[in-house]
Amino acid sequence: MKPEDCLYSETHEWVFVENRNGETLGTVGISKFAIDQLTDLVYMELPQVGQDVAAGEEFGEVESVKAVSPLYSPVSGVVTEVNADLPNRLESLGDDPYETGWIAKLKISDSAPLAKLMDFKTYQAQCQN
Amino acid sequence: METSETLLETPLGGWHAAHGGRMVEFAGWSMPIQYSTIIEEHQATRRAIGLFDVSHMGRFVFLGKDAEMFLEGLTTRRIAGMHVGQIRYSLLTNAQGMILDDILVYRLARAGGGDFFAMVVNAGNRNKVKNWILQHQAGFDLGFEDRTFDSAMIAVQGPRALPLIAPHCRDEPLSLTYYTGFRTELFGAEVLLSRTGYTGEDGCEIVGPNEDVVAIWERLVELGTPEGLRPAGLGCRDTLRLEAAMPLYGHELSDAISAAQTGLDFAIHLKNRQFVGRESIVAARKMVLPRRVGLQLEGRRAAREGATVFRGTTPVGGVTSGGFSPTLERPIAMAYLEPTVAEPGTALEVDIRGTRHHAVVTPLPFYQRPNP
Repeated sequence: MKPEDCLYSETHEWVFVENRNGETLGTVGISKFAIDQLTDLVYMELPQVGQDVAAGEEFGEVESVKAVSPLYSPVSGVVTEVNADLPNRLESLGDDPYETGWIAKLKISDSAPLAKLMDFKTYQAQCQN
Repeated sequence: METSETLLETPLGGWHAAHGGRMVEFAGWSMPIQYSTIIEEHQATRRAIGLFDVSHMGRFVFLGKDAEMFLEGLTTRRIAGMHVGQIRYSLLTNAQGMILDDILVYRLARAGGGDFFAMVVNAGNRNKVKNWILQHQAGFDLGFEDRTFDSAMIAVQGPRALPLIAPHCRDEPLSLTYYTGFRTELFGAEVLLSRTGYTGEDGCEIVGPNEDVVAIWERLVELGTPEGLRPAGLGCRDTLRLEAAMPLYGHELSDAISAAQTGLDFAIHLKNRQFVGRESIVAARKMVLPRRVGLQLEGRRAAREGATVFRGTTPVGGVTSGGFSPTLERPIAMAYLEPTVAEPGTALEVDIRGTRHHAVVTPLPFYQRPNP
């Protein structure tokens, strides 16, 4: 996955969307920018497999020494898989966000919320403000 | 992080911004929360030296012949009879014994002979305490001045702090006992240097003129960096003070908490003296009130301020400060709990955003520095 191929939410989650066998699948993570802002990660709570979430809904959290940051699903759908080992190697979130640092995969049920997400260029511009 | 134009800035504000300080709003001031990572700055302070800008703290002086008597009537701790050079931690309470602020009171030599008192108060309470003083000063021969804006304050904390400073100081800082201070020259500038701090480490705090503080800070960075010195922000100041179980106003202390509940009995002198709040504190001591305790949790998820503590299904208190301890590498918290569950070793549960986690009552402080 390349950063340019993903869509981004205002709350710094990214999603890589692909169509497979007529289904829309999304791989979700959090941006390196957000992780670099947090620093000092100590804990994370993954979404639950089978969880049915709406775009913008809280479905996990990342905790740093300073504060707890909720993870919001950038898409609407059902969680089909989580990166179960990720809480044991939180450094992957910052070091390798698009490969070993992904958080969850979802079967997207409604593609309308995708239109509200930003492309990489727009997201980068938001981060520079 | 954006900061609004109306925020107050310390004389070191430009330095912080130029050196990667992430500036946040704190009690109306623009202050650095961190420069690198909180854990790195925390460990630098525990192992070597952390350099903190604490110029936002309120600094008052009390001149006039009644200064001692005046302060004696407002502080929970005895001020009368303090030696010149001595510093005392105390609380200020209202008539109900509720806490208005926690403060340091200094008795210091005056340049032209004689002595005066000084007080350092929390930034967020500066105006409240100032008004409290003004309300009570009638009838006293007292010269009260707020010196917050014409001075700056830095804290140099950690096992290597005093050895770093000593060669550049006119007087020997290692001759100071804990909680004493003196007027001296540091890098040629006139300063007040005291062996005090808010990290649980040895070290000092320095109050100096606005125009000298940047040069002092830069010299300390230059000389200290090879010794492991790091500029340190409010983020690690909080994790350091939490490990050392030092209370923070707005968390462990507030105007809804009686001085009698805090466990700060060393700072409450009731015998043979009168001060605002004394009778209420005496009465509160006879009551069954929640007490300040320490909690240790398992795992890595922290119980933060506001989390409810349970014994079984019964709520028994609430967390006032909590976070991940970089030294102990586990979550720690301070909480006010009912006395029946406040004994160290008591097994309890904390509700962290809907999930119960085991917690054990732990003696305070969580961290104590090794004896030199």
